[in-house]
Amino acid sequence: MAHEHKLEIFQGLVKFKSNTQKIWGVLLFLTIVTAIEVVLGIYKPDVLATAWMTPFEGGFLATLGNIIFSGFIYMKPLNLIFILLTIVKAYYITWDFMHMRDETKALRRMVVWTAVFLICYLIFILLQEGGYVFDVYNTDDALIKNDF
Amino acid sequence: MDTTVANTGTEGKAWGGGNKPLKASYGKMMMWFFIVSDALTFSGFLAAYGFSRFKFIDSWPIADEVFTHVPFLHGQELPMIYVAFMTFILIMSSVTMVLAVDAGHHMNKAKVTIYMFLTIIGGAIFVGSQAWEWATFIKGDYGAIQTKGGNILQFGEYVEHDGETKFERIALADFVTAEAKDRTQHQRKSGLWFSSEGTLPTYTVAEVTKGLESHSNILVRTQIINDEGEKTVLSREESINQIKNNGKLVVEGANLHVNEYGTSLFADFFFFITGFHGFHVFSGVVINIIIFFNVILGTYERRGSYEMVEKVGLYWHFVDLVWVFVFTFFYLV
Repeated sequence: MAHEHKLEIFQGLVKFKSNTQKIWGVLLFLTIVTAIEVVLGIYKPDVLATAWMTPFEGGFLATLGNIIFSGFIYMKPLNLIFILLTIVKAYYITWDFMHMRDETKALRRMVVWTAVFLICYLIFILLQEGGYVFDVYNTDDALIKNDF
Repeated sequence: MDTTVANTGTEGKAWGGGNKPLKASYGKMMMWFFIVSDALTFSGFLAAYGFSRFKFIDSWPIADEVFTHVPFLHGQELPMIYVAFMTFILIMSSVTMVLAVDAGHHMNKAKVTIYMFLTIIGGAIFVGSQAWEWATFIKGDYGAIQTKGGNILQFGEYVEHDGETKFERIALADFVTAEAKDRTQHQRKSGLWFSSEGTLPTYTVAEVTKGLESHSNILVRTQIINDEGEKTVLSREESINQIKNNGKLVVEGANLHVNEYGTSLFADFFFFITGFHGFHVFSGVVINIIIFFNVILGTYERRGSYEMVEKVGLYWHFVDLVWVFVFTFFYLV
């Protein structure tokens, strides 16, 4: 039963001698990432509490810019970091623990691209709608009141 | 015996089932496709959570203030610590699982047995922790008043710590005195068989009002998040007014109807998402146990392949993967 494993992670920066060693290496990496998340979550540095960029004002290009840089404009840097670190963790769990790295390209794309596309679409639709409902509830002439 | 990694005599032929188009066996590929569909279910739940949160973005509970408990450390505010521990346990059991898969590739029955066992233990610790987390959440800690409009009003006072003034929560039990009441819980046996009600709160709104009036240090905190990212604290006068004019129900803990931490949607999503995930972990543990016994009985040894361990491993890692996201979107962001 010769099972081939690709033993390189970080684009070949780290190469492990055996599959077992790679597993422990990935565990160490995931633990460090989780520790960073927890420390940031407890201390919540003030520097990371306000968005790095202010929205662009103006015409079509400004709107386009706001969409492209939406992660930096509308999101607290802290939350952006959390989400990025989560995706990093998800990548290493899928690629090394679930051995996605060793599957054929076609299987990998079938699974990953389908899920990523549909999830991004769903998140975009629902969050957009949620923000819209918030605006409806909170304009000056809103017909709904809940401050009693 | 050879049900999953069978030699059907069709190897090398284009049709007949012996072909492996993506170099993955039928079972493994189907497990991957199941995982994709399950991932979409979970993302549906998490996106719905995001939708509701964006809808009430200025009054959503702050997770750090809700999940502050650690077993055996009573009365200490330790946000995140226990959930971080749970996350680590699950990642750790993922590691033992992948080690079991690796040992399976080397046909090492003893090692597969040990690692499968450790994985099951890890899963059990996680499910147990989640049960404890639920129990703490349901029980609640400070108690609050719900207004006519369904908003939650909490109590606290300004305390000075090393020159820094901080708002600290006060539990209802610390300033409210329960009086003798005529009102008893309505049960099915004492009236119509189809109508009953839940446990009555320890205090009535009138008693809370009295307690608030007699303690001049206590202020009311609303759900609204201010510019500093903290919940708004009302002035003394406003506090009494709010409780007197709008207070309707004393809330202790959380369930699907009321939630002392803030909007009841938060509790609903908490129960639903962590519950659905916990159910996945539970079924994962059950499947792991079945595979564990198969390993001990030597089923896979005789079959000549430990691919079953690999397949259940995929499911187990997926459960871990989902938790990574639940952790981020429920506890961190």
